[in-house]
Amino acid sequence: MITKNEELRTKNQDIKVNSVARYFSNIGKGFWTVLVGMKVTMRHLFTPAVTVQYPDARMTIPERGRNRLYVNMDDCIGCNQCAMACPVDCIAIETAKSLPTEDLGVTSTGQKKRLWVTQFDIDFAKCCYCGLCVPPCPTECIYMTNVFEFSDYDRKNLIYSFITLTPEEVAQKVKQAQDAEREAAAKKAAAAAAAAAQKATQAAQKPSATPVVQTATVQQGPPAEKKEAEKEDSSEAKPQEGQSSGSSVDLNESKPN
Amino acid sequence: MHNFVTYYLGTGFIGSLISSALPIAFVLGYALVAMYIELKVSAHMQDRLGPMRTGKWHGWAQPLADVMKLLQKEDTIPYAADKVLYVLAPLLVFVGSYAAYAAIPFSPAYIGANINVGIFYIIAVSAIVVLGILMAGWSSDNKWSLLGAMRTAAQLVSYEIPSSLAVLAVIMVVGSLNLNDVCSAQAGWFWNWFIFGKFPFLFITFVIYFIASLAETNRSPFDIPEAESELVAGYHTEYSGMRFAFFYLAEYANMFTVAAIAAVLFFGGWNSPFGTFMSGPVWGAFWLITKGMVLVFVQMWLRWTLPRFRVDQLMYLSWKILTPFALVNLVAVGLWTVLK
Repeated sequence: MITKNEELRTKNQDIKVNSVARYFSNIGKGFWTVLVGMKVTMRHLFTPAVTVQYPDARMTIPERGRNRLYVNMDDCIGCNQCAMACPVDCIAIETAKSLPTEDLGVTSTGQKKRLWVTQFDIDFAKCCYCGLCVPPCPTECIYMTNVFEFSDYDRKNLIYSFITLTPEEVAQKVKQAQDAEREAAAKKAAAAAAAAAQKATQAAQKPSATPVVQTATVQQGPPAEKKEAEKEDSSEAKPQEGQSSGSSVDLNESKPN
Repeated sequence: MHNFVTYYLGTGFIGSLISSALPIAFVLGYALVAMYIELKVSAHMQDRLGPMRTGKWHGWAQPLADVMKLLQKEDTIPYAADKVLYVLAPLLVFVGSYAAYAAIPFSPAYIGANINVGIFYIIAVSAIVVLGILMAGWSSDNKWSLLGAMRTAAQLVSYEIPSSLAVLAVIMVVGSLNLNDVCSAQAGWFWNWFIFGKFPFLFITFVIYFIASLAETNRSPFDIPEAESELVAGYHTEYSGMRFAFFYLAEYANMFTVAAIAAVLFFGGWNSPFGTFMSGPVWGAFWLITKGMVLVFVQMWLRWTLPRFRVDQLMYLSWKILTPFALVNLVAVGLWTVLK
């Protein structure tokens, strides 16, 4: 049986012996670990460096990374989905209706194009490279490339325009769309006016026997006229509605360039 | 002839001037080379490239560019700094480092001053550096500079003891403090070098001296005074431009001094390792400088291998490990020398 005194004495002796042994073993360990460390560093002195010396050499960028966007205008139908999806409103799109006689061609997915895209600007200073504009496109014409080296000294140069029409063509398309609208509106107004005039003449020619009936008809005159006037008003209102739907308003306001 | 300059030009003004200006020409050239080696060695040890563009070929002109930059910097003195001390401190540090070059035997034909107490003079004059550093830390009017300076003073003073004891062991074997005599005592092939003598005691002496001298030059792992990540830059935080360049130059000069002393004491000094083959006055300078540069490389190697010591660990190492070992070692070498 070990008494308490014996236990303490052996413990103290252990500690004394251990501290001297620990002192020397620490020195030995310190020395040895320094040499091991020096061997590691020396080995690394001769391993080739991992630096890629940009811009003389470049690392390969994955193709699916989210970098600068590209728009293939042959496939763009001007649906505005990408502009609506953009969280920072960096895409500005304006379109002009094409005339029924013009053939704009067909997208790669087989859709017939009906709108001239007269403005398609992406401001890459605003773009946050989130890629949210890519899925909504019905023809997959907007997508992210692996181009990332496009810094510029002037912020204005970061507004990229993707349309394939020349400015003269743009002006021409816009003008012809507006002209077409105006013609359609004028036609509609003329048609409505003609219809109203016809109705008026028909009402005037309607025969009535008794004076009572006549007075009644005369009395009915103003209301009938009012109705015709209302009809005219409603028929006049239509062209306006037609106008508002005819000119494609870009639902995101065009940003000043 | 111990000094070819004074031999041909006399010990008058011209002779002495040129003789004392030769080491500084060497130090300036060596400092540029050592800076470049440090940048490149540290880079490759860390698997990177270091400077590659200054000077078009692997950045060889980087140290030159650094020196030009430091020369052009504004000379600022903190508003509340003690101006006299602030201006004097870098000068003292550099003078302390450079004065040691007077007694280093570069070759059998060139030693600045062939004094009979060579190594004793070197140890004594290197202590001026401590004074300069304390002045720098105090006059900067910056708590952390002062802390850095106090730590440096403690460190330098503590490590002078094992360093001197180690040197003393070698001197006992030689019997003279004159460094030319120490070199001559190691003449012949490399097995005559003192590092292999009185085995293993002089080898232990070399290890003690090397570690102590690392601490003397404030090199990692003993760079608590500079501690770039702890005290900004320790005692030279407030210094910029040319004043900082003096501290930097003094550090590199010190590195070579210590390496050259170790080469002289343990590796044969200006003796060729092959006996008489490739030996002579000019070869002597080549051998000493080469051995010095190898030891400088080892100092850099250690810097990029080891983490920094804590201040208490540093003190523990000096007083409780190096000093006892140096004392025991001294007794052993003395006994061996006397009894032979």
